[in-house]
Amino acid sequence: MDIENIKSQFPIFKNKINGKPLIYLDSANSSQKPKNVIDRITKFYSKEFSNIGRSVHSLAVTATNRFEETRDLVKKYINAKFREEVIFTKNATEAINLVASSFGEKFINKGDEILITELEHHANYVPWHFIRQKKGAIIKFAECNERGEVDIDAIKKLITNKTKIIAITHISNVTGAIMPVKKIVDLASEKEIPVLVDGCQGAPHLEIDMQKLGCDFYAISCHKMYGPTGVGILFAKKKWADILPPYQGGGGMIGEVKKNDITFSDSPTKFEAGTLQTAEVVGFSESLKFIESIGIKNIIEHEKKILEYALETIKKNNSVNVIGDPKKRGSIISFTIKGIHPHDIATIFDEDGLAIRAGHHCCQILHEKMGIPASARASLGIYNSKDDIDALSSAIKKCNKVFNN
Amino acid sequence: MDIKELYKEIVLDHGKNPRNKKKCKDFNQDAKGHNPLCGDKVHVFLKLNQDKKVEDISFEGEGCAISMASASIMTETIKGRDFNVAKKILEHFLHMLKEGSKLSINSLSEEENIRMMSLSGVKRFPMRVKCATLAWHTFVHAAEGGNETVNTEK
Repeated sequence: MDIENIKSQFPIFKNKINGKPLIYLDSANSSQKPKNVIDRITKFYSKEFSNIGRSVHSLAVTATNRFEETRDLVKKYINAKFREEVIFTKNATEAINLVASSFGEKFINKGDEILITELEHHANYVPWHFIRQKKGAIIKFAECNERGEVDIDAIKKLITNKTKIIAITHISNVTGAIMPVKKIVDLASEKEIPVLVDGCQGAPHLEIDMQKLGCDFYAISCHKMYGPTGVGILFAKKKWADILPPYQGGGGMIGEVKKNDITFSDSPTKFEAGTLQTAEVVGFSESLKFIESIGIKNIIEHEKKILEYALETIKKNNSVNVIGDPKKRGSIISFTIKGIHPHDIATIFDEDGLAIRAGHHCCQILHEKMGIPASARASLGIYNSKDDIDALSSAIKKCNKVFNN
Repeated sequence: MDIKELYKEIVLDHGKNPRNKKKCKDFNQDAKGHNPLCGDKVHVFLKLNQDKKVEDISFEGEGCAISMASASIMTETIKGRDFNVAKKILEHFLHMLKEGSKLSINSLSEEENIRMMSLSGVKRFPMRVKCATLAWHTFVHAAEGGNETVNTEK
């Protein structure tokens, strides 16, 4: 695969950061955007823009078609059965909040249990906390093991007759552990417990097939998939999309509005109140085309190669401690350097144009468990090469030099 | 500019071996500070006498080299000084971080001024200014008897 050619499709790499070429190892945070996505948004605003789903004039029809065509593309990409199962949200966080709020409102009562894991991003904990507070529910945390993964038994032993939903990440955004989603879904379905998957790190780096995974809900962050910010997707199985109450009220999501009663439209519009991020959704259609032009299998293969090289390279440095050792790892490596705080690491890296994330990565529960306040994280995208990893390795050496280690 | 402008020897020294990093005996006021964005935490302990003189000051906490060095340098600079003088020193310190100006605070010795100035490199790193100021704001909060945790994002 010609990575240089792929990288050249991303205009951001033409810029210098602190006088140095940009080395971007922060795609788990947000990926960079290829030119076709950026151009599509400009074209949409320049030639096709109008509000969707409301007016009857030509532009409204064009804009509505472009928007709904994107829904069809998503449906196909994730292999959903029905277009009603594809709901646009502002981000994956909103997608999870939607489920926590609507599902929680209808199906979770006092003493009921919500099963999550210690690996979860705050976006897959805090929304459930709201339901815990509102309904008097209980949140149980499946334990993460020494390898930084949650095995199926840790989940199995927490399932009770009170378990109302299981909400798990697809890939840990800290340890990179790929969760056994299919096994968890099989286990849960024996007891008819729905499963929500936080797919923020999964969707950009794995094949995501809703029929194969079998989960009830899947949350996607489009800006991590080479797409625009402001777009998330909730896949909700039709059986849930049909019966869950609306999340927010407003224009577009209603059936009939009278002074004493209101009826609502069906999914997906039931969950899409108000004017949506139309241009960004249309822009996302180009992200899917970009991914498909390379092929997700090729992306997985390339990232795996770079990931293995990165692990091998940075583990050679004795000052580095890699967080977790999952048997199956997505494109993420979190690490610490002995005696140097992750924020100092990130600042020193930045001087060389190297972008990583430092902090708790919105996973305070996991960091507390591992006894570290923060970590540094390098994460991959399709544009990364072995050269980037060599630069990472040199930058780690530079940190030790600056700190006289 | 070289990264060494930020990580000067004095900063690294205080960052690695922070002074007064303990809970001081007989403290009568304390406050906690937290930067929720990066997780830096500091707990400042003060022994303030009736005339508002800082008889003793120490801190506990965890964070980056900048935040630990700044807390350490603060305790060394503030100890034995009146609270009002300490607040003036903080004003100059904040001005230095904002403007990158040199420090020449009359109430401080040349060595003390130089020690404080070791943190002036922070000016070029806007994301790190809060690391350098967290302990200082927490100190003021402790001295003024505030109960809430100082939060850099509020």
